[in-house]
Amino acid sequence: MADVAFRGATKRFEGRPAVDHLDLEVADGELLVLLGPSGCGKTTALRMVAGLEEPDEGEILIGGRVVNDVEPKDRDVAMVFQSYALYPHLNVERNIEFPLRRRGIDAQLRRQTVHEVAASLGLQELLARKPRELSGGQRQRVALARAIVRQPRAFLMDEPLSNLDAALRMQTRADIVALQARLGTTTLYVTHDQVEAMTMGHRIAVMDCGVLQQVGAPHVLYDRPANLFVARFLGNPGMNVLPATLDHPGAHFARVDGGHVPLGDDGAGATGQAASLVVGVRPEHLALSPSGSLEATVLLVELLGADVHVLCQLGGDTKLVVRQDASAPRPAIGDGVRIVAATGSVHVFTGESGARLGGPG
Amino acid sequence: MQPDSRNASGERRSRRGSRRRWRLTARYALLTIGAVVVLAPLYLTFVSSLLPPSALAERPPPFFPLDPQWHDYAVAWSQGDLGVYLRNSAIQTGIIVCGQLVTSVLAGYAFAFLRFPLRRALFVVFLATLMIPFEVTLVTNTQTISELGWYNTFAGLTVPFLATGVGTFLLRQAFLQIPRDLREAASLDGYGHLRFLLRIAVPLARPALAALGVFSFLAAWNQYLWPLVVTGSGNGVRTVQIGLKLLQGTEVSRTDVALAGTVIAVLPLLVLLVVCQKQLVRSLTAGAVK
Repeated sequence: MADVAFRGATKRFEGRPAVDHLDLEVADGELLVLLGPSGCGKTTALRMVAGLEEPDEGEILIGGRVVNDVEPKDRDVAMVFQSYALYPHLNVERNIEFPLRRRGIDAQLRRQTVHEVAASLGLQELLARKPRELSGGQRQRVALARAIVRQPRAFLMDEPLSNLDAALRMQTRADIVALQARLGTTTLYVTHDQVEAMTMGHRIAVMDCGVLQQVGAPHVLYDRPANLFVARFLGNPGMNVLPATLDHPGAHFARVDGGHVPLGDDGAGATGQAASLVVGVRPEHLALSPSGSLEATVLLVELLGADVHVLCQLGGDTKLVVRQDASAPRPAIGDGVRIVAATGSVHVFTGESGARLGGPG
Repeated sequence: MQPDSRNASGERRSRRGSRRRWRLTARYALLTIGAVVVLAPLYLTFVSSLLPPSALAERPPPFFPLDPQWHDYAVAWSQGDLGVYLRNSAIQTGIIVCGQLVTSVLAGYAFAFLRFPLRRALFVVFLATLMIPFEVTLVTNTQTISELGWYNTFAGLTVPFLATGVGTFLLRQAFLQIPRDLREAASLDGYGHLRFLLRIAVPLARPALAALGVFSFLAAWNQYLWPLVVTGSGNGVRTVQIGLKLLQGTEVSRTDVALAGTVIAVLPLLVLLVVCQKQLVRSLTAGAVK
């Protein structure tokens, strides 16, 4: 096992930075999720650790050693590709065994190791099959087995669940978490799915446009997003974001379209002399209430089983989502409603850079 | 369901079934005509090789030999030295096929997977060689072979054909079908380019390799002009196509014997096509059907 670190790592494609001065450390045995939208540079960062991309600037360290000039095969990391990258002409057993053949391990031991790993992932019955004869979930497990069999210093996983259906994804998510906990291998996991990130990662590193936005434990990112991007990206639906004005610096209420929201002490104290403000409220911190301070019209009501999402329009173009229990009375589309934000639930960001000024947490 | 609508749907089904039968019949009729057009010359050659000389001049020629002259084959084999010529052709063809497979695999892989300066320009040069007819280079190649002292040797017969633009193009396209992820996964697993080529890329490009093998076998086996130019008298390295031509100029100058020799010479090609037809079809239809 080993820790992995980026030190000012930068990678440009045709002059445009895909990863821009990334500073990030993954502790030994940690499962760190690189999260972000398509094109944010998370896969490029992962590929730099694998040695499949060479950084234009900065350093990549594995186990405290700079590996910029080390060949991929000598980095002792295993990668699970989004496409699984199974060799189509080899059966499952040969696929899993493939990395061991180059290590001078004798055939008997190789076979034993392959069977042990296959057993741990429930692949014993499939060893003679070719990849085309497997389901998506089975292929995914074979790809994992091929990574595990080498006992590498770090696992690199590039959206390994994105080709699975929702039910299988949930199951496999739990399997990977359990496996990582059992093996204790440092894991860098790339995904654009914030649910995967929240449920799997010891820590999450959110990236956008090649730049690291925030890194921390899932609940920290959710409760105290460093900026508007993180606030919007985490959570389903993401945080409601409303342009706001203050009557005077340090005011305890922010005016927004359709009314006002309470800032709480943390929020009010942080506004300072900011010229323009944006406030954010999670949908679960809003409620429909006749005494609410926001006036809105219901645009859409979505029943999701246990929850209901009510999409409302405030004045102007501002929209927000209220999450309420399915057992609560449901408004009809077009109804005029009033919304209340829980005290101490409103996050405050600058209007210019989107950086967090204050709020709960 | 009402009886009327049941009847209507039954009628529709029966109309569809009859349309399908007609389409199938038409398709088979077309395929049969195509097969007859392709196979007729082979069959006529075979039949003619078994006819007595007197019957060869008959018009129309007999479609079935009532008194097959099998001994013509023995005459062609022994007096025409076909055994030696066939051996020479086998050696020449073997060297050319192996050479083309090796050079095409290496060059195709380089163009598909390696990054090097002028890669695109070099590939265009490779493709450009496809536009130059062999006859244009005949004189220069003959001079080169003579100066190298390769006249009347297998080296002279084969070396100019060891690399081919078609083969390189074919293999490059086949290698480009291999997902880049496989190369990257293999590189993380400790496999360099050569090992990846041998263990992953070549097995995955088998249909293209088979197609190239068959095409280069056909081309090499049927060569006439080049072996004629770079080989001298005697049958030291002369190939079977020249042997067939010589068969008509010797004391056994008989059309029926020459035809028997032709059938013998064409047999290896037929065997190859039958053995490789599955791979060949797969290669030709690769990418055509998803």
